[in-house]
Amino acid sequence: MILLRLFWEFFKTGLFAVGGGMATLPFLYSIAERTGWFTAAQLADMIAVGESTPGPIGVNMATYVGFTTAGVPGAIIATLGLVTPSVIIILIIARVLQQFRQNKLVDAAFYGLRPCSIGLIAAAGLLVVKVAMLHTDLYFETGKLLELFNWKALALAAVLVVLTRFVKRTKKLHPIVFILGSALVGVVFAF
Amino acid sequence: MKKLWRLFLAFARVGVMTFGGGYAMIPILEREIVDRHGWASNEELMDYYAVGQCTPGVIAVNTATFIGYKTAGIPGGIAATLGVIFPSVVIITLIAGVLTHFADIPAVQSAFAAIRVCVCVLIFNAVLKLWKGAVKDKGALLLFLVVFVLSIFLDISPVFYVILCALAGILFTRWGVRGK
Repeated sequence: MILLRLFWEFFKTGLFAVGGGMATLPFLYSIAERTGWFTAAQLADMIAVGESTPGPIGVNMATYVGFTTAGVPGAIIATLGLVTPSVIIILIIARVLQQFRQNKLVDAAFYGLRPCSIGLIAAAGLLVVKVAMLHTDLYFETGKLLELFNWKALALAAVLVVLTRFVKRTKKLHPIVFILGSALVGVVFAF
Repeated sequence: MKKLWRLFLAFARVGVMTFGGGYAMIPILEREIVDRHGWASNEELMDYYAVGQCTPGVIAVNTATFIGYKTAGIPGGIAATLGVIFPSVVIITLIAGVLTHFADIPAVQSAFAAIRVCVCVLIFNAVLKLWKGAVKDKGALLLFLVVFVLSIFLDISPVFYVILCALAGILFTRWGVRGK
């Protein structure tokens, strides 16, 4: 039964996630919240593994979530669920490619869909921030604002933002470099 | 049958060589699809990729299905899709299996605590990159803000936002709000 449910959840994700791999993130959070199959922290780890291993990130995340939830059969079923809507939609559209690309209605719908997708990804990103950089439990216990922030994490984030956005020599590097570098920092500075 | 197998293998190679997906995939697609097999021209490839971007789902999968279908019909589309996901399923399953055994080691936990910080920055960068192509006027900005704020405070499935925003896009275009 869990396999059927996995297939259905990922079918929905594949059908409504517009704009590539990261767009699946808000749907995965929604799955985590509703089913309890995995936690927000686990999901953040899955993103890291998905980015640092071969394969499209969206597919990697589906496989990882499926495996965590129901082992090898889960990994296969979740991934198939994710790609099934793509296959159906593309097979339909392939016959009418030109009309589809020039269709005003499709174009207008995507004008609304793109900012929607970004809004959803940004909100899901905030959930990762909460897990990675804030001590919400500690804050609610002590009520001290200074204890809300994980200062070590904030410092690392600041360095990473500078390296990935501003330093010319490092900003073109593949994310895997930053992920591995962060792992090293985490071990050395006992995060 | 031979052609289907070749499609499967070609896209399995694309899957293995793509880290993260998106634009990083294009040079690899060119080498496999245009140079090695001649299944499409460079221009056709960009067309397929563009359609892959503006249909729901993972772009790499959409592009694979499209090229597979153009090359060998519906079985071709399926063979190419299975090819592109095959390496992910094998590699991730192995890694996930191994990681669950090491998850309790303190050093591994420290490493992942820091990796999560890195993931925040990667998501932030992805949002900024997407932003440039998508939020070009006030209507789009409004939709972004509404979706962002509501999905922080309300517990509604992302599906609703997607459907409502597609409708809003159509209405905004019709009302002439777009482009202002």
